Amino acid sequence: MSIQVNNIRKQFGSFTALQDVSLDFPTGELVALLGPSGCGKTTLLRIIAGLESADSGQVLLEGQDASDTHVRERQVGFVFQHYALFRHMTVFDNVAFGMRMKPRATRPSEKAIKAKVLELLKLVQLDWVADRFPSQLSGGQRQRIALARALAVEPRVLLLDEPFGALDAKVRKELRRWLRRLHDELHITSIFVTHDQEEALEVADRVVLMDHGKVEQVGTPEEVYRHPASPFVYSFLGSVNLFHGRVEGEAVHVGEDRLAPGKVDLAHGSEVFAFARPHEIDIVVDGSEAGGVAAKISRILAFGVTARVELDGLNGSTGEVFEVEITRAEVARLGLEEGQAVRLVPSRLRVFERNAAASGASQAPNWVI
Amino acid sequence: MASSSTSFRVLPGFGLSLGYTLGYLSLIVLIPLAAVFFKAGSLGFEHFWDAATSPRVLASYRLSFGASLIAAAINAVFGLMLAWVLVRYSFPGKRLVDALVDLPFALPTAVAGIALTALYAKNGWVGSVLEPLGIKVAFTPLGVLVALVFIGLPFVVRTVQPILEDLDTEYEEAAVSLGASRWQAFRYVVFPTLFPALLTGFALAFARAVGEYGSVIFIAGNIPMVSEITPLMIITKLEQYDYAGATAVAVVMLIFSFILLLIINGLQAWTAKRTGRAR
Repeated sequence: MSIQVNNIRKQFGSFTALQDVSLDFPTGELVALLGPSGCGKTTLLRIIAGLESADSGQVLLEGQDASDTHVRERQVGFVFQHYALFRHMTVFDNVAFGMRMKPRATRPSEKAIKAKVLELLKLVQLDWVADRFPSQLSGGQRQRIALARALAVEPRVLLLDEPFGALDAKVRKELRRWLRRLHDELHITSIFVTHDQEEALEVADRVVLMDHGKVEQVGTPEEVYRHPASPFVYSFLGSVNLFHGRVEGEAVHVGEDRLAPGKVDLAHGSEVFAFARPHEIDIVVDGSEAGGVAAKISRILAFGVTARVELDGLNGSTGEVFEVEITRAEVARLGLEEGQAVRLVPSRLRVFERNAAASGASQAPNWVI
Repeated sequence: MASSSTSFRVLPGFGLSLGYTLGYLSLIVLIPLAAVFFKAGSLGFEHFWDAATSPRVLASYRLSFGASLIAAAINAVFGLMLAWVLVRYSFPGKRLVDALVDLPFALPTAVAGIALTALYAKNGWVGSVLEPLGIKVAFTPLGVLVALVFIGLPFVVRTVQPILEDLDTEYEEAAVSLGASRWQAFRYVVFPTLFPALLTGFALAFARAVGEYGSVIFIAGNIPMVSEITPLMIITKLEQYDYAGATAVAVVMLIFSFILLLIINGLQAWTAKRTGRAR
């Protein structure tokens, strides 16, 4: 089922949780709402579910305005961060709950309920815990039961609020893969909220990036990672090196140093942010290259597959800290040492005008995923 | 050689603390109660039976236990509502209301009794309204009930309140998102969580009501066979220097109360087990 939200606004006292958010979620996809805490992603999810009401704007489910309908009538499956399993009920009763609450006329027989519950428990690979109480399960198991419980009422959409947030790293990774496989099996339109960019990029078909109650970018994981639309998106997805500079002709000047991006179609003299990922920077030791930013190596961490070199900016970028990823062989070839002065030459550079973020986003475009 | 049957305990001082607990309990509770039984025993079975089952005393049992159970039940319902309102909503004067709940604890029971009597008597504020409607409260069993409800109120509120505060609204949201109505969410999700605490509150209110004396005797009117409570019967016998008779009634009362509290505790343990809280 498709979900559409139009011009949603929500205010909590003086805090604006959502300002004019419009999004289109197509049928059958797994979409991640990604952003730092306080960006409004959970509020948006709760508004879609009907657990919270928007100050203005509409929620359309399957093209029909659902803004004024109660959670009960929206037929959404909601999974909470802390599971919210009923602790006085067994796993079986938890999963059966939704079916048993139906009005008598539409309620399935106890036999049908039993069959359905066992089928769902099999689906989440936990059919052997039916008689246990939630307190006897691990966090990962509880979340799977919570998911089975939400699926039991055959929801039209599945909404997950930080579903793996309360789990430890290893279980989180397992459940992530498991959720992806489950979605591939069921193809139910799903939205999940997360602040973990790795999780969003790994699991979702599409990623919606949010910040300060606004949508920053929408796209496939590859699109948003490869072509970030704003400085926020760039810095939120993965580690990043930031240069504060000014456009002068073809190049970006950082103090008296010069960075040469492929092309810059910004006006001469505009103040810019230039971004490069750690693996997109080369370290130059001899004076052969005139370009690049001067920096001093503060630390070399060479325990992984790649070596990480941390540097302090010199000249125009004093006070900045940079991070470069190169192979260990490269470190040896260049003979890098801590305390050495080098030049950083980005092989790929993204340049954003410094004021673009403020002016561009105020138009609140309708993002189609 | 260490015996293999004593398992290693993480918390030290088990023997000491158990010994202290038993000693303390004996001194404060068991020895006085044993003395009651001992004194009653001096009566011989025939006299004991006569003293404990005279018609007037039997009537007082009915009133005492009946009114106490009803009062505890009323307190369970309204105490739950009061706790709900205090936890779930915010309104001006909430702290004041919260403090007011404890007042029946703090008030000397005689003061409560006199105040209630003054209110519910024929010429009192409430009594003057109820009398023309044919409802007599003061000096009837109904008056006893009113006094017992009054003194039992804090127990249920104070036992349910912390549990309710711990109960995240997430559970109700989960229930509602699964299609449950407001009532179903309360009946199947909230209520079972609160039930053990509610039972505890009920038991405490009941126990307090059975033993209550001060606030009841003023409003009860103490009409033989109608509005005499068992503690009053005991006092009456004491005033007549019938110590053995008084203890006979006390023994019956003790046994009854103990059995009822035991049943309530058993019920609590049963629900706890059934809902996976205790293993």
